Amino acid sequence: MDWLALSDEEWTAIRLSLKVSAVAMIVSLPFGLLVAYLLARGRFWGKSILNGVVHLPLILPPVVTGFLLLILFGRRGVIGAFLNEYLGIVLSFRWTGAALACGVMGFPLMVRSIRLSIESVDRKLEEAAGTLGAGPTWVFITVTLPLILPGVIAGMILAFAKAMGEFGATITFVSNIPGETQTLSAAIYTFTQVPGGDAGAMRLTLVAIAISFAALLASEFLAYLVGKRVDIE
Amino acid sequence: MTLVVMARQTLGEFVLDAGFTSDGGVTALFGSSGSGKTSLVRVIAGLSKPDHGRLVVDGETLFDTESGIFVPKHKRRFGYVFQESRLFPHLSVRQNLAYGRWFAPKTTQPEDFDRIVELLGIGLLLERRPGKLSGGEKQRVAIGRALLSAPRLLLMDEPLAALDDLRKAEILPYLERLRDETSTPIVYVSHSVSEVARLADKVVIMKEGRVEAVGTPSEVLSMPSADRRDAGAVLTGTVETIDIPHRLATIRLSQAQIVVPNAHAEEGRSVRVHIPERDVMVATRRPEGLSALNILDGMIAAIEPDGDGMARIHIRCGGDTVLARITALSVERLDLKLEKPVFAVIKTVALER
Repeated sequence: MDWLALSDEEWTAIRLSLKVSAVAMIVSLPFGLLVAYLLARGRFWGKSILNGVVHLPLILPPVVTGFLLLILFGRRGVIGAFLNEYLGIVLSFRWTGAALACGVMGFPLMVRSIRLSIESVDRKLEEAAGTLGAGPTWVFITVTLPLILPGVIAGMILAFAKAMGEFGATITFVSNIPGETQTLSAAIYTFTQVPGGDAGAMRLTLVAIAISFAALLASEFLAYLVGKRVDIE
Repeated sequence: MTLVVMARQTLGEFVLDAGFTSDGGVTALFGSSGSGKTSLVRVIAGLSKPDHGRLVVDGETLFDTESGIFVPKHKRRFGYVFQESRLFPHLSVRQNLAYGRWFAPKTTQPEDFDRIVELLGIGLLLERRPGKLSGGEKQRVAIGRALLSAPRLLLMDEPLAALDDLRKAEILPYLERLRDETSTPIVYVSHSVSEVARLADKVVIMKEGRVEAVGTPSEVLSMPSADRRDAGAVLTGTVETIDIPHRLATIRLSQAQIVVPNAHAEEGRSVRVHIPERDVMVATRRPEGLSALNILDGMIAAIEPDGDGMARIHIRCGGDTVLARITALSVERLDLKLEKPVFAVIKTVALER
């Protein structure tokens, strides 16, 4: 069973992947909530453009998304240069850039899930909360948010799973640097490119399957907990 | 408490142009569906914003199109009981009840939680989820939730309309207690004569978006413009005795006595009885061998033929006037005329509330 033992490099790739995916999921959550809310409830000029931009990563080849990120967030990119100069944040060829790429790729999935659940909220309940003295922010926190929780959890799991599997945009934007930007998927790809790497690729594949399965079970369990709490008639 | 509201709003084909004032107590907005009652209450609550209008409560202007004032709904502190209870499904009954208190200003003296729970009889439901409650229970919780938000005015929009007769009979006594035991003024929307007759101190009749008449229940509900099927006299009296084995209550009117089914009556309590005019028979001699428990002797005070084969007879019984709707043929056969002594016969069952 020796061939099942993971090497240090493989562990590093796994840890990095988990870190990148978790950060991508958590950082994109507030933005996902905001955009989903705007798309579900807002009435403003350019709503369909916003909708299109959000969904772009779903339709474009991941390499194209990665290249666009490179142009925008690279050291010399419009946004990248600004972030570097004023905030000291460098994204290109760093793990933070990998998290950005994963977040962008998972964003449409997260927004779709949350948007659908916001649209299904009975607005009469929010009206009732208003008559009981709750201002718009409190209505959102105490009524809307609990009611959309299953959709939010589903969106987070989807974004996490997408981030775990993300390859094209990440490798284009931040390359494949072991220990910095070499995620699980990139590590498997690297193994398949070298002779005798099959065993390593298989080990990481099993790990990927295990993580995906765990995420799926976790989401089912959370949905069950929430469903038990929110007894929708 | 004083309330002044006026609103004008065009909603497609429908034009709402109505207003009323209230000095507290229970003000009923009465009319058939589509008469604009709900639209008007939504304006009061701040749920809709009319083209023109004004709302003043206790001298405080909450809404005025002239000066551009619009206080949003969550700052008006009006409790609203909706037709569908609208309880929060993710909260327990206790949390639903407590919801409004989180937002009530700390300076107000909130209604005592335990007292409201007791008043509405929902003590056993507190730990349950709304999804597990019956329609009547949900509605009682919704009423409690609105009351516990320390409202200065309670708006009730057909709170019983979605319930069957049994559930209505279950809640009505609670509403009567509410009226008598809390000081919160109520605006009560309904299209049911019997609800309005029992609860209201003042009735505003609405028709096609306008106010058609305003007055006390006994003045307004006996007007022919009220829903014809249910029109009738509304009399006030005091519960005198309760016959527990027969489940009946005797109510003393100004002079006469009337026996009604005992619907949670308490001795000494002041109640209103709505006597639908089509359920009153007229006899020229005291009938015998009749099952009807109420035979009131009186005198004909007025006869109003409606030109459609029917007539309304006003029968003066002591200090009260009972209305009877009978055919014009019967008027002829019995030779009914003004001042003629007659007996008004009312089945107790017809007064089941």
